Amino acid sequence: MTLVIGAFTIGFILSLLALGMLISFRIQRYCDITVDGSITLGASTAAVLLVHGWSPWAATLVACLAGSAAGAVTGLLHTKFRIQELLSGILTMTALYSINLRVMGRSNVPLLDVPTLADGPEKLLRKLAGGAEALNVAGWAVPTRDLAMLLTVFVAVAAVAIALRFFLLTHLGTIIRAAGENAQMARAQGADDKRMLVFGLAVSNALVALAGAMLAQYQGFADVQMGIGMMVWGLASIIIGEALTGKCSPGMAIVGAIMGTILFRLLIAIALRWGLDPNDLKLVTAAFVFAALVLPSWFGRLGRRIFGGRHA
Amino acid sequence: MLKIRSLTKTFFPGTPNEVRALRGIDLDLADGCFAAIIGTNGSGKSTLLNAVAGTFLPDTGTLELDGHTITDWPEHRRATLVGRVFQNPFAGTAAEMSIAENIVLATRRGQPRGLGFALSHKTRDEIADRIRSLKMGLEDRLENPIGTLSGGQRQALTLLMATWLRPKLLLLDEHTAALDPKSAAQVAVLTKEIVTREKLTALMVTHSMQQAVQLPDRIIMMHHGNIVEDYSGERRARVRTDDLMHAFDRVRRRDLFDSTVAETVLPQYA
Repeated sequence: MTLVIGAFTIGFILSLLALGMLISFRIQRYCDITVDGSITLGASTAAVLLVHGWSPWAATLVACLAGSAAGAVTGLLHTKFRIQELLSGILTMTALYSINLRVMGRSNVPLLDVPTLADGPEKLLRKLAGGAEALNVAGWAVPTRDLAMLLTVFVAVAAVAIALRFFLLTHLGTIIRAAGENAQMARAQGADDKRMLVFGLAVSNALVALAGAMLAQYQGFADVQMGIGMMVWGLASIIIGEALTGKCSPGMAIVGAIMGTILFRLLIAIALRWGLDPNDLKLVTAAFVFAALVLPSWFGRLGRRIFGGRHA
Repeated sequence: MLKIRSLTKTFFPGTPNEVRALRGIDLDLADGCFAAIIGTNGSGKSTLLNAVAGTFLPDTGTLELDGHTITDWPEHRRATLVGRVFQNPFAGTAAEMSIAENIVLATRRGQPRGLGFALSHKTRDEIADRIRSLKMGLEDRLENPIGTLSGGQRQALTLLMATWLRPKLLLLDEHTAALDPKSAAQVAVLTKEIVTREKLTALMVTHSMQQAVQLPDRIIMMHHGNIVEDYSGERRARVRTDDLMHAFDRVRRRDLFDSTVAETVLPQYA
């Protein structure tokens, strides 16, 4: 049960990463590598502020702002200085490695006995349960603290998902989607597609940093290495989500990304339980993304060969 | 309405690929005038249209539209005054978004876009009404991705979008060239209809002599980055497809003539 609760909690936290990447990768069609750095930036900023006695809310908010600044830098490198899309992300990500070390002052900041976002919900749960240390969930005793964390991240993801869905259907959200798909058309409709890109990357990386801030509070530490490979994880979640809900409307894409992340985390939890070496996790994930990208067209071709090209 | 003064543009200056695409264009387009630009390949007609649209900034010269000097305006800012339809039917719309969503973008062309809900019921009804006037049966397919439509349908919608808010100037860049003959004729008729009804000022690049004779009030012929013929008023009323073909022959012959004359004349001076 602890495993499932843990998978759901991390799943919801990383849903924020997936939602951020949904904006950059899918809506803006911008392959943004900044993610690996900005999730760590979110974690390190929040961790350091928490250690310095800031309130968890303020620390998380500042972490988001830091993330959006990182995204904006990538966007400006691409639009103002005409650096290639991938390279501008790589530049920001590399710079962020040093910045994260500067922010933390060392490579790892433990968060022991500092308040987190889950404190409020934990108090509430305890009050409701009469001060119990563990609650009964479907026959299992689950620590109140873990449940509180799950509740917190769920509320955060729900709020972000609903806000994002409505935003994408506003006038501004609609032109941002159009600019991602057809920049020429957006310009002809009077939109500054470059500004849209910078804005979108800022929002995207703010969400990624939010994921980082929550991850640090959940894990109880921030580490300069924690962002490595996060982009591929997010991509895997988005791909699973698209397989689940299709690519149709923004609302379904958002729901898909969240469901995809959680399913992915559950699969990982199961795989680890079965004895998968955690060190191999990133290799497995990369192989999975490769398969998800290549297999559909491969199967399609195979199917056509078998069914005599009726679907050609 | 539109005032172009000694506009020049050279692509790849100082290289072997140097192209002097515009060599000092002067053009005045009166309010409500529908003009067509014709010319051989590489004559600079599309370049002129793109210069007005703001795809690139000119080397020298000035552009004035509706009293604004727009020479330095970036493309997206010019969209406040200019509506555009492209040659590629896929260029003017976002394929994966629905018909309604594409059109709602055009209802705010060049205006600030806030956080208001884009597709209210009122907007949706208005969009359906105006799409019904196209008589293509698209009003029942507002939720379909625009990418599922044919090139002709997409071009008709792009035209509708470009003129949804009355533009000070409508730019049509060979907008029927990539369509099958039937759709091309349909879109041409629709163009004439909208331009006439809304009394629009429009500039259309075309390769079709037939279109050039049938649609516009004025015909401009370009060659080597210059305007070489300008049929308007009385002269425009009399012009036939044959006259345009002859004009083409004339400029081509003059090209030929120039080089032959140079060859025969030069030795005498050497």
